[in-house]
Amino acid sequence: MRRTPLIGGTVVCAALALSLSACGGDDDGGSKGGAGAASLQGRGPITFVTGKDRSGYLQKQLDGWNAEHPKEQVRVIELPDEPNDQRQQMIQNATTKSDAYAVLNLDVVWTAEFAANRWLAQLPKDQIDLSKMLPATITTGQYRDKLYAVPSTSDAGMLYFRRDLLEKAGITGPPKTYTEMWDDCAKVKKLPEAKDADCFFTEVNKTESMTISAVEAIESAGGSIIGPDGRPTLNTPQAKQGVEFLVAAKKDHMPKEAVTLDTEGGRRSFQSGKLIFQRQWPYQYGLADSGDGSSKVAGRFAVAPLPGPNGPGVANLGGHNLAISAFAKNKATSLDFIRYLTGEQAQRANLLATSQAPTVAALYDDPEMVKKFPYLPVLKQAIAGARPRPVAVKYGDVTAAVQGEMYDAVTGKKPVDQALADLQSKLQPLTAQ
Amino acid sequence: MTTTESAPAAGTAAAGAPRGRGKGDVQGTRRLAALLLSPTLLVLALVIGYPVLAGFRESLYARGEGLDADGFVVEGDRFVGLDNYTAIFQGDRADAFWNAFSNTTFFTLTTVVLETVIGVAMALIMQQAFRGRALVRASILVPWAIPTAISGLLWRWIFQADGAANAVLRQEILWTADGFPAKAAVVIAEVWKTSPFIGLLVLAGLQMIPRDVYEAARVDGAGPVQQFFRITLPLVKPALLVAVLFRMLDVLRMFDLPAVLIGVNQRSVETLTMIAWFEASNLRYGSAAAYATVLFLYVALIAYLFVKLLGADIIGEARGRTRRARPVRTARGRRRAAA
Repeated sequence: MRRTPLIGGTVVCAALALSLSACGGDDDGGSKGGAGAASLQGRGPITFVTGKDRSGYLQKQLDGWNAEHPKEQVRVIELPDEPNDQRQQMIQNATTKSDAYAVLNLDVVWTAEFAANRWLAQLPKDQIDLSKMLPATITTGQYRDKLYAVPSTSDAGMLYFRRDLLEKAGITGPPKTYTEMWDDCAKVKKLPEAKDADCFFTEVNKTESMTISAVEAIESAGGSIIGPDGRPTLNTPQAKQGVEFLVAAKKDHMPKEAVTLDTEGGRRSFQSGKLIFQRQWPYQYGLADSGDGSSKVAGRFAVAPLPGPNGPGVANLGGHNLAISAFAKNKATSLDFIRYLTGEQAQRANLLATSQAPTVAALYDDPEMVKKFPYLPVLKQAIAGARPRPVAVKYGDVTAAVQGEMYDAVTGKKPVDQALADLQSKLQPLTAQ
Repeated sequence: MTTTESAPAAGTAAAGAPRGRGKGDVQGTRRLAALLLSPTLLVLALVIGYPVLAGFRESLYARGEGLDADGFVVEGDRFVGLDNYTAIFQGDRADAFWNAFSNTTFFTLTTVVLETVIGVAMALIMQQAFRGRALVRASILVPWAIPTAISGLLWRWIFQADGAANAVLRQEILWTADGFPAKAAVVIAEVWKTSPFIGLLVLAGLQMIPRDVYEAARVDGAGPVQQFFRITLPLVKPALLVAVLFRMLDVLRMFDLPAVLIGVNQRSVETLTMIAWFEASNLRYGSAAAYATVLFLYVALIAYLFVKLLGADIIGEARGRTRRARPVRTARGRRRAAA
């Protein structure tokens, strides 16, 4: 039932493409490698390439599709757990122009690199229902205003805080600004049970997490690392204010071992009750709230949007998008499959089974979902205001440079001004076009 | 004894024999030798020669630089000559290169020295006859049996801020952050992992030493220290040098241990292989190949110097020893016969 109109659509598209070379995409005439939106043809079995599925739920979703589409079976190819390894394997597949991979599950920061290298097929905006999705997530699937990937899961940082301690100290709600947060800390630390607790933690080890912390600090102050024109913008007072927050937080409010703690290290810290405030991803909520004794703070914390210098701060936008490899054979089936997996029904099921944040806006307000995942309204707010990491074709180099200079600033190896100036001059050649 | 005496004799016989025969025979033997060796040489050329040359060729090209008007990466390889090599030694990249170079050299020197000392000590312990020797031997070999990535994770737990290392030292050292403690952590983990390798090879060498040499030394009144430096060390030297050479080549291309233990992109533990890996993972294959070629030349140079300075010496010494040994023995034999 669903297929017939689509085939018709593709045929019309193909006919149009022959005569006008324009359908869906309006300006892809010169691009090679099947990047044009009009060339999504071919039906048959496809592969779905994704990182390791920890929940074991993915296969069930595929079974649902496979039962409905006996001639267009989807086979899953699981790549290693580590994002870098996933990217490596997908790049290897693309550089050999192999058709082994059809639908790719991409981290949001890879879109620019993959699209610029012509490894992705451009997607027809008019054939995908993006209207139900959170607007912030759609931007992560675009490169130069063309759609290359459909958002499937999202993610944003939130402020986890010890509700019990704040209440005991007579504080009514979560802090909205950094100053409020430090003041609350001072009050809470007067309580005997919070004497040894550390005030705040956001990741400052020299990994991708450092880039995320830097984006959040700088964007919260109203600055950016790479501006809308694709040029580095670190020579602004806003950027300086953002980095100075990180430096001060690390110096005065974070655990001593902060530079060695990764995401899981931060989670252990929070779960053992050593932190009052913490910036962390949504995945921690369920684990920290579990009543099996692994968490000392179960039922005693809550989440809020990140604070900023003068009001609510800006979170970093994470998540995954689905894209079609430019070298895949059955692109029409691939597009259908993407629509299936990013549809509201599949996303609802996926949220229930894996607690991965969806991209369909309605799910965040669904009473049934909110009852099961109380953080959803806060997360929706965080995603709505979230900003992506720098969009750059050479993202690997950009993030390495950001990590290096920010680490030097945060650990006091370099003054903030020096680190920002160095980063600006490092990013300039990397973003030159 | 018989082997040392017969070896030179066989050598002269073999060298003398063809001289007596016709020239055609010599050529026939050589042709047969070449024929028999050619499959081996072909395989070597395929699995060693080709990759080295292909890597060098790749290092002369660059690709994927710059974007066109639509934001697409410009396609195609471009011949850049030695640009990838000169880039290594210029500007920002030069800092990173010399940092990685000095890290690599630092790790090589410190770990090989420590491993040699500890490995020889292990071998001497394993050599002793005592109750439970089999158990000690087996347990000493455990670190060598664990995959490097796993032992990297293991040491990461030990070195984390609230880990075992800090608990034992009663200190708050941030081992896994980027800094000097990270270097120390890598050296400790590497020495722990690879000392058994040297221990194993040295143990094999020790078991070749005849017992009566020690008996003779004891009769002559040599203490344990003298025995070690006068007998054990010289006689075990060939095995020890092979072990040290292997370790040096291995540590010069170290990647997984610092990558897992501390992480990539960390100045204090970045090695040459890690820079090459970083370049390759950011799609600059030409530049990555250039780094790999530089590392290849560095490894080759170290191996050559090692073999030339120490290896050539071993053979010379061994020959000299057999030549010197024979008359002494015959003299002693005569004395004994006279008595």
